[in-house]
Amino acid sequence: MEQNKSSVIDNIDIEIPLFLEAVYQKYSYDFRDYSKAHVKRRLLHRMSVGRFTSISHMQEKVLRDKAFFIDLLEDLSINVTEMFRDPDFYKSFRENVVPTLKTYPFIKIWHAGCSTGEEVYSLAILLKEEGLLDRCQVYATDFNRKVLEIAKHGIYKTQELDKFQRNYINSGGKEKLSDYYTIKYGSIKFDQALSKHVVFADHNLVTDHVFAEVNLILCRNVLIYFNRELQNKVINLFHESLAHSGHLCLGSKESLRFTQHEHSFADIDAKQKIFKKKIG
Amino acid sequence: MNKALVIGTSFGGLEALKTIIPALPADFNIPILVVLHIGDNNNDSFIRYLNGISELNIKEAEEKDEITKGHVYFAPPNYHMMVEDDETISFSDDPKVHHSRPSIDVLFESAAWAYKNKLIGVVLTGLNQDGAYGLKTIKDYGGTTLVENPENAVASIMPKAALTESDVDFVLELDEISSKLIELSVQDE
Repeated sequence: MEQNKSSVIDNIDIEIPLFLEAVYQKYSYDFRDYSKAHVKRRLLHRMSVGRFTSISHMQEKVLRDKAFFIDLLEDLSINVTEMFRDPDFYKSFRENVVPTLKTYPFIKIWHAGCSTGEEVYSLAILLKEEGLLDRCQVYATDFNRKVLEIAKHGIYKTQELDKFQRNYINSGGKEKLSDYYTIKYGSIKFDQALSKHVVFADHNLVTDHVFAEVNLILCRNVLIYFNRELQNKVINLFHESLAHSGHLCLGSKESLRFTQHEHSFADIDAKQKIFKKKIG
Repeated sequence: MNKALVIGTSFGGLEALKTIIPALPADFNIPILVVLHIGDNNNDSFIRYLNGISELNIKEAEEKDEITKGHVYFAPPNYHMMVEDDETISFSDDPKVHHSRPSIDVLFESAAWAYKNKLIGVVLTGLNQDGAYGLKTIKDYGGTTLVENPENAVASIMPKAALTESDVDFVLELDEISSKLIELSVQDE
């Protein structure tokens, strides 16, 4: 029994890298450098929901069935977000980044890994209240086209509205959140004037390259899912994409530690993970 | 020889951890990872307090920390904490498990994957069933499992659920746990 169990365990650790390789070769989505524990958890979940007997069994399916791959993509993408998530971050952003942005005639912003867009609308509201939105061009990207569609429409369930309101107030919001949306059929829809300056686009941080020079990058709670090598690669991509003195905003538990650009950025707010690219 | 110790607790957990952690010596042989359900509140003041009365170095875990002995790593609020195969810490903001993030199950399962049979898992007082599945996973991988006696725990649901889910190696009173851990941490197979 004990023997049996350990042989099953070993197989999984052999099968997962093979599975990820197969997905990469077939569909060009690269999860090989994601955190292993995270990927394992998600794949085992899909294996049990789909009643597969093994990862290899599931590999056969993914190679032959595109629809199944799309479901899997859903499993492996990270779609946790909310309006004004971590209000203290937005508060600090208003205090510490906005004054610099106000000195620019035109501001290019890259919101990487924007998921369903709640944080994109949050940023747009903040920029509008600071009188900056009209001079901004925001690129909001994600590798998951399904979530980009949701982001484009800006329609969300009212279920979490209380939390959104609370976050907005705690983030230093100047008006009322309800000024920015209309309620219909149990959903809220954000004013499309907010997304007028936003381009939602398909971009994969793992396999795609620099596409524009920007003044500000937000990429929050994406890097936690990557191993050190991939984190390093993505931080390089950000460093390359940022203009002189550009700002980089990461998630509250993310850092530049262990990347080769650890010293290429200055702390603007170490706790809220706001950094500024050093000159040179 | 065991390589790590994982502890999970919720309601009543502050007091329980105050009994166990300070009773462990500075040369305690293996690193400790803790999930304490604390809602949206931060752990900072509890960690500071515990540090003041313990010989071990207590900290909130940071992403990619190398898990080393002499340290007690607390999961940060609102993130699941996981152990990678290379014995580093990773986080995820996956959906809550048993209404909890961090979840004990998520930590225990990933720790079992990484440390296999060289892991000790402990479930203490608590008000939900988080940890029961995780403790079973540790057991399935050949690890050693301990549960606080539900009869005398501040909240019995969590230890009871753990006892129902799998055959637990030791059911102990709160004040017996640290000496058992010291014994297990130095024990050869």
